[in-house]
Amino acid sequence: MAVSSAGSGGRRGSSMRLSLNDPTFRAIFWQIAVIGGFVLIVWWLISNTLHNLEVRAIATGWNFLSREAGFAIGESIIPFEPENTYSRALLVGILNTLRVSIIGIVLATILGTFVGIGRLSKNWLVSRICSVYVEFMRNLPLLVQLFFWWAMFQDAFPGPRQALQPVPGVFFSNRGIKIPIPAEHWVHGWMAAACIVGIVAGVFVRRWARARQATTGQQFPVFWASVGLALGLPFVVWLFGGAPVAMDWPALRGFNFQGGLTLTPEYAALLVGLVTYTGGFIAEIVRAGILAVPHGQTEAAAALGLRKGPMLQLVILPQALRVIIPPMTSQFLNLTKNSSLAVAIGYPDLVSIANTTLNQTGQAIEGIAVIMGAYLTVSLSISVFMNWYNKRIAFKER
Amino acid sequence: MKTLASIFATAVAAVALAVPAHAQQLAPSPTIDAIKARGFVQCGANGTVAGFGLPNAQGVWSGLDVDVCRAVAAAVLGDASKVRYTALTAQQRFTALQSGEVDLLVRNTTWTLSRDVSLGLTFTGVNFYDGQGFIVKKSAGIKSAKELDGATICVQPGTTTELNLADYFRANKLKFTPVVIERLEENIAAYLAGRCDSFTTDVSGLASIRASNVPVPADHVILPEVISKEPLGPSVRKGDQRWADVVRWTFYAMLDAEELGLTSANIDSMLSSTNPAIQRFVGATGGFGAMMGLDNKWSYNIIKQVGNYAESYQRNIVPLGIERGVNRLWTQGGLMYNPPIR
Amino acid sequence: MANGHAAVMGGNAGRPTESKAVQWIRANLFSSWWNTALSLVLLYLLGKFLFWFVGWGVTNAIWYGAATECRAVKGIGACWAVFPEKWRFILFATYPYEDQWRPALSCLIFFFLYAYSALRRNWNTRLPAVWIGGLLAIAVLMWGGILGLAFVPQERWGGLVLTLILSTFGIALAFPLAILLALGRRSHMPAIKSLCVVYIELIRGVPLISLLFMASVMFPLFLPEGITIDKLLRAQIAIIGFAGAYLAEVVRGGLQALPKGQYEAADALGLSYWQATRMIILPQALRLVIPPMVNTFIGLFKDTSLVLIIGLLDILNAAKTAVSDPAWRGFGPDVYFGVSLIYFVFCFAMSKYSQRIEGELNKSKHR
Repeated sequence: MAVSSAGSGGRRGSSMRLSLNDPTFRAIFWQIAVIGGFVLIVWWLISNTLHNLEVRAIATGWNFLSREAGFAIGESIIPFEPENTYSRALLVGILNTLRVSIIGIVLATILGTFVGIGRLSKNWLVSRICSVYVEFMRNLPLLVQLFFWWAMFQDAFPGPRQALQPVPGVFFSNRGIKIPIPAEHWVHGWMAAACIVGIVAGVFVRRWARARQATTGQQFPVFWASVGLALGLPFVVWLFGGAPVAMDWPALRGFNFQGGLTLTPEYAALLVGLVTYTGGFIAEIVRAGILAVPHGQTEAAAALGLRKGPMLQLVILPQALRVIIPPMTSQFLNLTKNSSLAVAIGYPDLVSIANTTLNQTGQAIEGIAVIMGAYLTVSLSISVFMNWYNKRIAFKER
Repeated sequence: MKTLASIFATAVAAVALAVPAHAQQLAPSPTIDAIKARGFVQCGANGTVAGFGLPNAQGVWSGLDVDVCRAVAAAVLGDASKVRYTALTAQQRFTALQSGEVDLLVRNTTWTLSRDVSLGLTFTGVNFYDGQGFIVKKSAGIKSAKELDGATICVQPGTTTELNLADYFRANKLKFTPVVIERLEENIAAYLAGRCDSFTTDVSGLASIRASNVPVPADHVILPEVISKEPLGPSVRKGDQRWADVVRWTFYAMLDAEELGLTSANIDSMLSSTNPAIQRFVGATGGFGAMMGLDNKWSYNIIKQVGNYAESYQRNIVPLGIERGVNRLWTQGGLMYNPPIR
Repeated sequence: MANGHAAVMGGNAGRPTESKAVQWIRANLFSSWWNTALSLVLLYLLGKFLFWFVGWGVTNAIWYGAATECRAVKGIGACWAVFPEKWRFILFATYPYEDQWRPALSCLIFFFLYAYSALRRNWNTRLPAVWIGGLLAIAVLMWGGILGLAFVPQERWGGLVLTLILSTFGIALAFPLAILLALGRRSHMPAIKSLCVVYIELIRGVPLISLLFMASVMFPLFLPEGITIDKLLRAQIAIIGFAGAYLAEVVRGGLQALPKGQYEAADALGLSYWQATRMIILPQALRLVIPPMVNTFIGLFKDTSLVLIIGLLDILNAAKTAVSDPAWRGFGPDVYFGVSLIYFVFCFAMSKYSQRIEGELNKSKHR
């Protein structure tokens, strides 16, 4: 504030008149007026709130976070028991939100890319089907779609005793989809570590290959080498660990399937709903991005003798991505924020658990602050990351 | 001379103040003043549970909880129809009361220590003694809640039910998977679709569901275990003692009337009764209404327009297939016991 | 068809008798072996789907009758019978039954207002007056209390008219807010600029549902004792604040896209900031962003369905409540299908409209 007003004030010399006709003074006046009004309103709201909380003896503060939650949560990545604290319950909620958002973002990008390219297909049927799909997704509320999928998952599949078994060991029932996973073994942790090491090594290989190509002109199959590192290292570790092959098969015991990995109907409905909905928007972005690359670029690349793969990788994609990335970022953010609709269909995401916490403790302000804080953090981190990525791929103009 | 005059003046003033003050030695009650000024009671109710608070297709509300609202309106305004209802979700109910959006909350809300102490509300009594139970499909062949190990159980979030459920399974070292859905109808749909093996809520709620929400009631059983105490009652904001008194004694008047045998049908003929308790009740003697800043006919209006507790119960809860049970009067072996009106 | 390209070329050159339609089909469906295979598979799947869909939605469907008839065909036929039975509840929810012509008429006034403002020849100074008149009429109809109409409190409002109220007022009032925010964000005054940036980013960073929760359970605590705001109005305020932030970014796009010369020309004419903004900058900037603006409107219209989560009876919630009637339980997908159609008609009309306007505006630009 001080900097700009001093700058423009300096231009006008020392004859500073305290009049609203003076731009410098006017700017300062308006800013003080607006900020003053804003502070006044905020102060008024806060003092009302504090007064209300005090007069009505409503508990406040964050002490509840360390209290025992007392409720159970249906699905969680980390172990959670009712005797754990509210803060752990909220952490479970955040992880569940991330679990559906991250997988949703990946799948929606894949789906959206296919549909977006499909809309540009020379095959009339393909492009028509893709545009009808996009129109439906964009013109129907997500909430209706979620309710629809949820009702479908609930009603279309039989109970666990009559579960469908399309592939031995995989069960479809209204309790969700059950998939066998490798039985727990100590080597798995090491395999994960080996995978991370492999990915890091891949990055270094890439750097080395770039440097070598710059100096000697020789190319190196970076992609396959990285894939080999990321998958091969864990495989070697697995062999050293005694190559355990035991699987954890889902089996019907009592009321429900035990063992294996579960995809609950709520998670499935939310994921399918989010992916198909956001996919429709991403398709439009991808289409616009591809159309934004002038046809001359393709022809020029062809004239240079590039084959289809390198052409896409070196010419088309870098240019299309520049157009695609910013709107794509906001779609990723939208998907993350839309995952909050989980509360309507019973998936225990952050909003759902914060809502329960709010009801149990009666501390509305804190409960909503948790929701907003968590989403703001996620939103801001995604936009910071995407801005960084966007800068990286942007044209380096001279 | 000056001091004498001032003493005299003070004395006169004191007497002048004291005379009307005797008639209305009343604590100020902003809530009652506001209700009288606007002409209706704003009541926070459920809106989804038959028997407790549910509007019909014409938007007319009925239920045991709704009758408490109507009785309060009869006591304060002399007209039981002067109530407006706000349908509240479990999430909204406490804030709605705290913020003054509603004057009183009668939304089958369980009275617990933490709610009474830390939420800024005061429970004024218990209008229904309930307990939590489980409903299962008969085809599951379950006879006891102890057999629910490993079951998937539907439950509404943010309720004491959710906590009791976790407590019960913990105490009995059983495992379960909760499916937590906010809306009652969704829970029932999920239970019926087989998403959950069982649905848990207050036994009265289960009975209401079994009676009116499932295609074939005989296909569903309510397990015998009652795993918690759920005293449901009206609550008001802290800090308005007179208003809390009015709501408390309004409900007690309904109980007292049942005990005295006063009903909406016979109360007019009882106006001339010589029974001192009835004379006090109908406002002929005692002036109890004025003590609360109400008309002395307050309790007469309640019974005339709404009826006593038995009538309300008969009208709202019996159709659900729930017997009086512990909600009988203490004279009949139940828990309903009101301090005397005198 | 072993060599699609050759066949097409041969078709074009060697068989002039071939009709236009056949040529088109060749070019668009069977231009190569890969396209042919794809087209055949898709045609098969599409045919199968349409066959099932017509069977489910038309021939096997129950159009009229009791729920028991619907149960008999559950899974193979749709249950449209729920609509003749429940349409009044879905459209008007708990509004007093005998007065439901009032919300119906209000909906019609809304439709008229939309249609009136969609025509570009009506974009003049009369437009605000028409809107104010229309909205006043709707307020009188909905509330009543005068002209012999019985008073109906907001708690009883619901159904389609609630959705229309929330989205119309949401857009109408978010618009001025958005313009102020966008101008503020482009302002050279750092204090005002940062205030606007923080507001916009804060609102855009959180889900609408958290704002609705805030409106539902926190707002009341913000206000002084004795003052309460109705639940509907609180949700409306949250929606306005939410839409304002998103619209502001759209408007800012328009302000940025405007050539710098326009700003300089306005300055050169000696216009004050507000004069320039009102007469030169905004009319052009807003015109540039009509398509993304309409997209935001569509998003907002869809997002009003979220008020269901805080218990307001919008059309989606009314439909949901209608199928919670035990007799009709389990026909959720059928009812959602019907309600989806209503949403689709509105949104699709808006998106087609925005495409048309975009075309018209571009035409004038290219002339």
